[in-house]
Amino acid sequence: MAALAVKVGDLPFRNPLLLASGIWGESGDSLLGAYTAGAGGVVTKSIGSAPRAGYPNPTVEELGRCGFLNAMGLPNPGIDAYPVEIAHARAHGVPVVGSLFGHDAAEFARLAGRMEATGVVALELNLSCPHAEGLGAEVGQDPDRVREITRAVRAAVRCPVWVKITPNAAAPEELARAAEEGGADAITAINTVRGMAIDPTLRRPVLAHGLGGLSGPAIKPIGLACVWKIWEAVRIPVVGVGGIGSASDVVEYLLAGAAAVQIGTAVAFEGIGLFGRIAGELPALLDSLGFDGPAAAVGAAHAGRQPH
Amino acid sequence: MRRIVAISERVQETPSTATLRFHDAPPARPGQFVMVWIPGEDELPMSLSYVGPSKGITVKRMGAASGRLTELAVGARLGLRGPYGNAFDPSPARILLVGGGSGTAVLAPAAEAARAAGGEVTAALGGTTAAEVLFADRLLAAGARVRIATDDGSRGHAGYVTDLAAELLAAEPFDAVWSCGPEVMMRKVLEAAAPRGVPVFCSVERQMKCALGLCDACALGPFHVCTDGPVFPAAALRPLEEFAGFQRDASGRRIFPRSPGERSRAG
Repeated sequence: MAALAVKVGDLPFRNPLLLASGIWGESGDSLLGAYTAGAGGVVTKSIGSAPRAGYPNPTVEELGRCGFLNAMGLPNPGIDAYPVEIAHARAHGVPVVGSLFGHDAAEFARLAGRMEATGVVALELNLSCPHAEGLGAEVGQDPDRVREITRAVRAAVRCPVWVKITPNAAAPEELARAAEEGGADAITAINTVRGMAIDPTLRRPVLAHGLGGLSGPAIKPIGLACVWKIWEAVRIPVVGVGGIGSASDVVEYLLAGAAAVQIGTAVAFEGIGLFGRIAGELPALLDSLGFDGPAAAVGAAHAGRQPH
Repeated sequence: MRRIVAISERVQETPSTATLRFHDAPPARPGQFVMVWIPGEDELPMSLSYVGPSKGITVKRMGAASGRLTELAVGARLGLRGPYGNAFDPSPARILLVGGGSGTAVLAPAAEAARAAGGEVTAALGGTTAAEVLFADRLLAAGARVRIATDDGSRGHAGYVTDLAAELLAAEPFDAVWSCGPEVMMRKVLEAAAPRGVPVFCSVERQMKCALGLCDACALGPFHVCTDGPVFPAAALRPLEEFAGFQRDASGRRIFPRSPGERSRAG
């Protein structure tokens, strides 16, 4: 049977299934819980310089099997209070990727140094949250700023730097290329797709913030297309995210070019046990498709195109 | 899925607490909660205090949003999603309820279900003062035996409801204890019942955002209140440092209760 261990660049994970940022990432117990349930690694909530409550509720709208809209507003305890949560997970050997958000290159670089000091195995720069003024995708839709921020963080830390790209841009692969030019070690794609919900009876947006981001099965084709285009555009590894809830979904992302994947929304449908279930099903599926491990499948759907 | 309901009845239960009734078809069990959207204000997790087709929530004025909710009039519209979470199992034969203040809201429908299933219910209810004791008449009408404790001694035992609970547990056999109220109170109930081997189930409240088991706002040790609770057995709660230890604010920061000394200094 195919073994599941993968590397993102030089960074090893016991399997390619990582907990996506924003899900179960507020407490150390939850980070540990996701790993214990079978995740190969976990990504924290996006952490900023100061405690941030996020937007008022409603922060989530349920859209049936399509998934969810959310506008949490980057709630997080801040970089001073959060390390205790990472330390709890690290004490149990959990590979933790520290997600960060900031307003500019200097803030990102400061946060990166603080986050690296907690013992995380990599950083993930959130340049893609679709609903935060002056943050996330508002910073991350401009290739020049992506390059500048990535370069500043790269210069500030030794650990791998992943850059999470928004799909809410004309050409997300250009953002990925800018991150690569800035020295990124990997690209994470995608974050949620901008969307909203309106209540007809009340004649108002449902989410308190108005605009939000769509996650779940509905965005899998968007994520696959972004990973596909980014794989063609850059030479660094891609971590695929968006609508993954089955072993087949994972393999589809591998084939598009993802070296590993992240899973979030599907936890609401199935519970955290889905990590263990997918990790259990993946070896047989890879075997049946003729791959001796996840790495063999990465980018295989691009066969006949230029070698990666 | 979200739906809009109109308030059909409003009852002022105590000076600080009001019940809002509305028609809502999805089936619910005692102990479950709904996310209540007060348009333009907030969305709050509220345990159901009535679980039939004519549902209800019983709201204590705590902050801006809950205060606004208690002031809504008949006809006002609310958004609802849920019900979410688990429920009290109404099968035990002899049940002791221990309710502190508005915590009794979620215990009342559970007591009614237990009585309907042929159970015996004894309720120990606590309030700051006689006027703030919730649902004593409702529980009496359901056939429960009711004991009351008030902080100021204006009704029943002068002191803590946990004194009554300890006294009842010492004097009589119970098959289960159901509790909801301040966590310090529930922690005392757990400790009082543990040596007697009586199983305790507590309805726990935490910061709540998604209610779907995703956002981690309601993380409680290895659990999430929205999907693993809100009703937890004593065995799950007793080892948790955060139960009656710390809460998390909306940012996820750990917030420890101030010591009594600090509180008096803060006035």
